Amino acid sequence: MAKKSKPLAADPSADENFALRSLQTAHAASPRYAASDDEFLALYEQMLLIRRFEERAGQLYGLGLIGGFCHLYIGQEAVAVGLQSALDPARDSVITGYRDHGHMLAYGIDPNVIMAELTGRAAGISRGKGGSMHMFSVDHRFYGGHGIVGAQVSLGTGLAFAHKYREDGGVCVAYFGDGAANQGQVYESFNMASLWKLPIVFVIENNQYAMGTAVKRSSAETHFYRRGTGFRIPGMDVNGMDVLEVRAGAEVALDYVRKGNGPVLMELNTYRYRGHSMSDPAKYRSREEVQDVREHRDPIDHAKTELLERGIAEDLLKDMEKQIRAKVAAAADFAENSPEPESAELYTDVLVESY
Amino acid sequence: MAIELKMPALSPTMEEGKLARWLVKQGDVVKSGDLLAEIETDKATMEFEALDEGTIGEIVVPEGTEGVKVGTVIALIDGEGETASPAAKPQSAPAPAAQAPAPPPAKADPVSPLPLASGTTAEPTGSNNQPSITLREALRDAMAEEMRRDDRVFVMGEEVAEYHGAYKVTQGLLEEFGAKRVIDTPITEYGFAGIGVGAAMGGLRPIIEFMTFNFAMQAIDHIINSAAKTNYMSGGQMRCPVVFRGPNGAAARVGAQHSQNYASWYAHVPGLVVIAPYDAADAKGLLKSAIRSEDPVVFLENELLYGRNFDAPDDAVELVPIGKARIMRAGRDVTIVSYSIGVGLALAAADQLAAEGIEAEVLDLRTLRPLDRQAVLDSLARTNRLIVAEEGWPVCSIASEISALCMEEGFDHLDAPVLRVCNEDVPLPYAANLEKAALINVAGIVAAAKQVCYR
Repeated sequence: MAKKSKPLAADPSADENFALRSLQTAHAASPRYAASDDEFLALYEQMLLIRRFEERAGQLYGLGLIGGFCHLYIGQEAVAVGLQSALDPARDSVITGYRDHGHMLAYGIDPNVIMAELTGRAAGISRGKGGSMHMFSVDHRFYGGHGIVGAQVSLGTGLAFAHKYREDGGVCVAYFGDGAANQGQVYESFNMASLWKLPIVFVIENNQYAMGTAVKRSSAETHFYRRGTGFRIPGMDVNGMDVLEVRAGAEVALDYVRKGNGPVLMELNTYRYRGHSMSDPAKYRSREEVQDVREHRDPIDHAKTELLERGIAEDLLKDMEKQIRAKVAAAADFAENSPEPESAELYTDVLVESY
Repeated sequence: MAIELKMPALSPTMEEGKLARWLVKQGDVVKSGDLLAEIETDKATMEFEALDEGTIGEIVVPEGTEGVKVGTVIALIDGEGETASPAAKPQSAPAPAAQAPAPPPAKADPVSPLPLASGTTAEPTGSNNQPSITLREALRDAMAEEMRRDDRVFVMGEEVAEYHGAYKVTQGLLEEFGAKRVIDTPITEYGFAGIGVGAAMGGLRPIIEFMTFNFAMQAIDHIINSAAKTNYMSGGQMRCPVVFRGPNGAAARVGAQHSQNYASWYAHVPGLVVIAPYDAADAKGLLKSAIRSEDPVVFLENELLYGRNFDAPDDAVELVPIGKARIMRAGRDVTIVSYSIGVGLALAAADQLAAEGIEAEVLDLRTLRPLDRQAVLDSLARTNRLIVAEEGWPVCSIASEISALCMEEGFDHLDAPVLRVCNEDVPLPYAANLEKAALINVAGIVAAAKQVCYR
């Protein structure tokens, strides 16, 4: 056979450098966001709200008030809070999988309507018809809430397509897990997003376990930020347990995407303290492993220590904690005491139009 | 010995074509691979290559001739050289019939096992001044009109832009609307179906073309889990106005994996609108309604109908309502319910039945979800006998659904059991005789109609 001429890339080393390191280098140069005290307090408050909300949801599940699947975000709070604080809510969009409560709270959506959705009540954000995994707020450009692992990656690429089509300047942030990262459609989406330079940040929340399967047992390439290299998508490896590092990484990624360069792939290394869902006995990892992360890497404890070091009054933080507990308790009461949907709701919203 | 050069079949469904241009003339010496002629099919203009060496002896069919049947001798090559290359290798392009040792016996219906319905679907006759249009043109016009009207509408799929559509349905759209709105995708159905659904969630009006619905199997998760359920799951908050369209059902001689009717699969799913039109005007009006709908629509076309000419009535309504069946032919003795390509067969069967004194009513469902149940029951109440003609498998089919409906809600009107006339319950075979035997045909519909009339 005749020898084919060399492929297009003139300087493969330059390509590798681009694909693997350009944004990582920028992030490493300035790894933590220089938050003002007020900004840092606001981020801390959001993380704490998610933590307390999820703990309460776990209790309500135990009481039988929440049914079905319920995937808690405890341990991963810094990811959604750090990333979403960098977005422009007037034009950017967010989409995620079924572990979605935290992302909604990070967007400032009323905890009452989220908790009421978990308990399946008419006042829930999906009128009780979606449940834990299917919550949406089109007003906040939060597009769910999807239960098929990996589907949100293609859907998010579609949202990014719409941003570009309308030239509205928006960016889509599509979250998915280390488990979803092995789905085929993720790579179909990477290809088209890069080919068409769509404004999207792909965020892999690597919480180390796809249900019960540890990353190293499921993934040939465990450095997920490299997974876009074959599609010329630059990757970033970010500490997902530090809200200021997440925020700084998000700024680098968003800046690149907003300039019309196409997608970025961020890997956020984080940890899920609870089981995959409420029915997970977590036999696949040791208690010691979980305890070790809790004690040494917890994003909220970490932030609290730093806030105190900055000279924030302890009373202020205690007060904040108290208010959040009250807010969550009120949400739980609301969710428990709201009526279920009218039976006629069974037949509404199947189709929008009447034919 | 002269070699006969025959009109080649350049696509699985081609029955005839136009000999657009000869690129050689009498006396030219040609060798294997030389271009001989340009042939225009209903889908594309293609060049036709020589497979043998020789001298062009006689041009039998002059250029510009339309409607040249596949297999017709179009030229003769005087073959001094042909013994030197008795078995020229087939080209990668569809092989013409030039090297065939003997012409196959003439067939009335060389490619399509599905006969054209008489009257309603044949080429308009000279005495009829009604303008006509092919189904593919009607579909293209529907998309173009809606794209002019609403800049949120775009078309995305494999080969929709620069190739003009694998079946030429999107021809001309790229030129008018540009690459922003007519988008060629990689071969990645799951991915681009998801992108289409996401774009609809984000406020656009995507038309997602599947080259055929067989390939939509790769994407069915997004059609069902993402598109159909979102409005319900979000309590009416998040809509998904997307149209998935493309050819569905058996084509011709393309084997089991490319020959399946998915109507009942999609019609099974609450949250979807499923449309399967028959003729051109209806397809246009329904596609326009589909594009304007706030709901996700699966729009099932039929490849064998794409090139068929239909009347283009001046008084055609712009928007054909979704969810309304229509009576194609009134009759009092038996109802034949059908949709898509089956309607043509049902009309042909009705013609035959009329000759035997049985007046069949032909009901075209047009929309399969939501189903126009009342139209079925009303027709049954008039005729008291009902059969369903469906180009598709019988088990868990649209025909099964119609049958259940008649039993549950029309029982008192039934004078005979409802019969399903469908394809055979087997994967579609390739061999022409087996394929023909597997597919629904007019004779089967006629027989079933007579059976329920006890005739």
